[in-house]
Amino acid sequence: MPADTFLSTRNPEMTLRQKIWQLNWGLVILLCLIAAVGFAMLYSAANGSVEPWASRQMVRFGLGVVIMFTVALIDVRFWFRYAYLIYLASLALLVAVEVMGSVGMGAQRWIDLGFIRLQPSEVMKVCLVLALARYFHGVSTEEIGRPTYLLLPLALILAPAALVLKQPDLGTAGMLLLAAAAVLFCAGVRWWKFAIVFVGGCAAVPVAWQFLRDYQKARVMTFLNPENDPLGAGYHSLQAMIAFGSGAVTGKGFLQGTQSHLNFLPEKQTDFIFTMLAEEFGLVGSLGLLGLYFLLLAYGFAIAFRARNQFARLLAIGLTTNLFLYVFINMAMVMGVFPVVGVPLPLVSYGGTALLTVMTAMGLIISCYIHRDIRISRRGTSEG
Amino acid sequence: MLQKNEDVERQRAFSRRGLLLGGAQALLLTGLAARMYYLQVVEADRYRTLAEDNRINLRLLPPPRGRILDRFGYALASNRQNFRVVLVREQAGDVERVLNALSQLMALDEHDYKRVLREVSRKRGFVPVTVRENLTWDEVSRVEVNGPDLPGVSIEMGQIRDYPYASSMSHVLGYVAAVAERDLTGDPLLELPGFRIGKNGIEQKYDLALRGSAGNSQIEVNAYGRVIRELNREEGKPGDELVLTVDGGLQTFVHQRLMSEKSASAVVMDIETGDVLALGSVPSYDPNAFNIGLTVKQWNDLLNDPLKPLNNKAIAGLYAPGSTFKMIVALAALKAGIGPDHRAFCPGFMTLGRARFHCWKRHGHGWVDMIRGIQHSCDVFFYDVSRKVGVDNIAAMARTFGLGEPVGIDLFGEKGGVIPTRDWKLANIGEPWQGGETLVASIGQGFVLTTPLQLAVMTARLATGKAVVPRLTRGVRAENEDPAAPPPAPDFAPLDVPEAHLALMREAMDAVSNHPRGTAYRARIEDEGWELAGKTGTSQVRRITMAERAAGVTKNEQLPWRRRDHALFVSYAPVHKPRYCCAVVVEHGGGGSKVAAPIARDILIETQRRDPVAHPSLPILADGLSVKRG
Repeated sequence: MPADTFLSTRNPEMTLRQKIWQLNWGLVILLCLIAAVGFAMLYSAANGSVEPWASRQMVRFGLGVVIMFTVALIDVRFWFRYAYLIYLASLALLVAVEVMGSVGMGAQRWIDLGFIRLQPSEVMKVCLVLALARYFHGVSTEEIGRPTYLLLPLALILAPAALVLKQPDLGTAGMLLLAAAAVLFCAGVRWWKFAIVFVGGCAAVPVAWQFLRDYQKARVMTFLNPENDPLGAGYHSLQAMIAFGSGAVTGKGFLQGTQSHLNFLPEKQTDFIFTMLAEEFGLVGSLGLLGLYFLLLAYGFAIAFRARNQFARLLAIGLTTNLFLYVFINMAMVMGVFPVVGVPLPLVSYGGTALLTVMTAMGLIISCYIHRDIRISRRGTSEG
Repeated sequence: MLQKNEDVERQRAFSRRGLLLGGAQALLLTGLAARMYYLQVVEADRYRTLAEDNRINLRLLPPPRGRILDRFGYALASNRQNFRVVLVREQAGDVERVLNALSQLMALDEHDYKRVLREVSRKRGFVPVTVRENLTWDEVSRVEVNGPDLPGVSIEMGQIRDYPYASSMSHVLGYVAAVAERDLTGDPLLELPGFRIGKNGIEQKYDLALRGSAGNSQIEVNAYGRVIRELNREEGKPGDELVLTVDGGLQTFVHQRLMSEKSASAVVMDIETGDVLALGSVPSYDPNAFNIGLTVKQWNDLLNDPLKPLNNKAIAGLYAPGSTFKMIVALAALKAGIGPDHRAFCPGFMTLGRARFHCWKRHGHGWVDMIRGIQHSCDVFFYDVSRKVGVDNIAAMARTFGLGEPVGIDLFGEKGGVIPTRDWKLANIGEPWQGGETLVASIGQGFVLTTPLQLAVMTARLATGKAVVPRLTRGVRAENEDPAAPPPAPDFAPLDVPEAHLALMREAMDAVSNHPRGTAYRARIEDEGWELAGKTGTSQVRRITMAERAAGVTKNEQLPWRRRDHALFVSYAPVHKPRYCCAVVVEHGGGGSKVAAPIARDILIETQRRDPVAHPSLPILADGLSVKRG
């Protein structure tokens, strides 16, 4: 096949300048707005100081923006070509923490790179979607109907999920499974197969319960009945809800949150940062941030629908769903409608890996947008 | 083209499912928004209240306990500043190093050391841990001077109840101790750690007045309980001051004097006002020890001591009054029409039916009239008249003099004693009264039981002819209120006893002490104008068998202590212008004249020397008598 047919007919190779012109600036501004909310809350969490959190988060965000643009400007075909490789590298990292991290902390989930503590499980959230998108790009509608074609993706999903579960990190494992399910769903896997998995999953709950660690069981029980043990495991959930509700419509004012500043609120700079926002800015603030996320997700979906190749579609929708899962689980968790599973609020919570993962995902989504008109053949060649 | 068509189809399928997925996500986000609305609008008030409850702690400020003063204003119970050295871990850094430095300045034993290290590791870093309490001034200043070398160490000042009179006052004052489970009334003050309430005596009786009311301080705390700032403060009201009728100096003397015996009690009263000037009971205990906290062993030792140091014997000790009861029998006889000239022959015993009732004097007193009967304490004379008078008339007279029921002093645990009647025996023992029992009762034995306080009241009534009632408190004074005049002397109603009869009794009691052949002559007061009038009593605690009587009654000194007679003495002074009365009971002391009378004499000498009623008392509130009961 001649080399030029590799390219889309409508969309010849773009120059860098054209690509920058194509950058989805609305999405970038949205990202910066959300990150700015995060900086403000981290400033408040430190009782009105940029140290120690806000300043570092800004540096990381800056780094994240650079990464995001770099990823966005790289041709989507590059990501297509190396999807499996990236996935394997990420899986290797997961195995590495499993081997190295078997000592200390009970559940070590990161590799210390000096400037950042890299959590391979976070990275895997992006890589899994990448690999699945690549796979389903190459599978025809009929082939999807055949169970044998689902064996490889299931292996792609279950290998990292099992490793993460073993860490043990229930939240991340769940997110991996759900994001993967979203990709499979949009790729056209039959409804009844999801039904079987769902029923099977429900049946497995009692068995899985046996394998949960005590603190995980406690969290689930606490979630089911937080008032049961207000000073023990239910304390954080309850205090978070008190903080949330006491913010009322307009909030207590910036830096005025009593629950957060008197330390009743747990993890106020990380997983529970949304509670602090809700306490200080009330319903206005919490709905406002929810609205920003809604717009961000809408952009993700729009890009997915607009893409001309299945890989980009699946990639964009998988990563957007991933973002949705972050937002939904975190918010539901701090509002007491989901067990406490340790999922950060993307772009707002303090923490390096999650931020960089989300920024990378955003970069990939923008890349899908920039290269939306590129067509890629089923076997990885572009077509005319 | 096939592929292209297929891709169009794939895109369509993707769009369908993507829209479903997006719709589901939008729905879930709407659910979140609804939850926000629920929490922040519907339930906002509830959570706002909870947040405030979290933030604001109400701290009670314990009020200083009211002092207890004696009649002259000397403090019997006060609050001592209790300096304690405390350590805050997060300021101290290396706790062991600081403790070592501290041990150079004051004695710290191994026990303190371990306790501090244990508490420090258990409590949060900013919570002060007490290293030692009750520092001396010396130690306080040494710690303060060395402050720079002792990071995290500071001196805190608290208040601790102090009883300067220690064990000599314990039966009057009682003590304060930690609040027990059953004392809790719902008053949050009682639940303060370290709070003390009155557990006995005056401290218990007037606990509420002495306690005062708590203030409070609203403080903002963080989740760990660290105080951020004080939002509001309301000072409490200190406890009221209580003024007693007791003379602290005399009380000390009485206590010291009683200490010569193993187990004894005494009451000194002002017969005009009923003021209790001293109330002694030996052995005693140190109320200060309760304050600091007794060990289980100390407490059990006190509880199981056969001499019952926790018992206030002056109000709760029940003793057969013995011959001190004879004035009552004589008055009952006079009332029944038996004249003072009535005589009886004492051969040393009296026979009634088949029983023989002995006089304490083996060979008898010969012919005895009423005065001689009391002066020599002849038992047979009283056997004789009691048969004529009957036990019920004697009982009626006894009640006139305050026997047989609590006289109503401001202390818990006062006993009423027993004055038997025919009905009483039928009701309580279930048997009819025997004639011989009247004889036994006439010499204050058998069923008759009295307390030393009752005996003192009886003596006061004999000396004044009025229904004297004892009082222990002169009133309660609120802090910062102007003192006013002392309370007026109470106006006691005259007794329903002819003055002539009383005069006869006084003459007889005068003879007991001041006639060379009186039973208490050797324990008389020789100083002119200070002489006392009294009556001895010796009450048996065992039955003397015929065999023993035949062989000669065993002397008290030869008996084991528990089986010896109780020695009693009631008295007043000065004999011709009575003002003070004193009742003394020495448990198993032997003879009243030999043991109890000398004690009473010494006490009455000291009382008259001090003459507390002649000295100005502490002025107290005019309405001081409207005493708030505890």
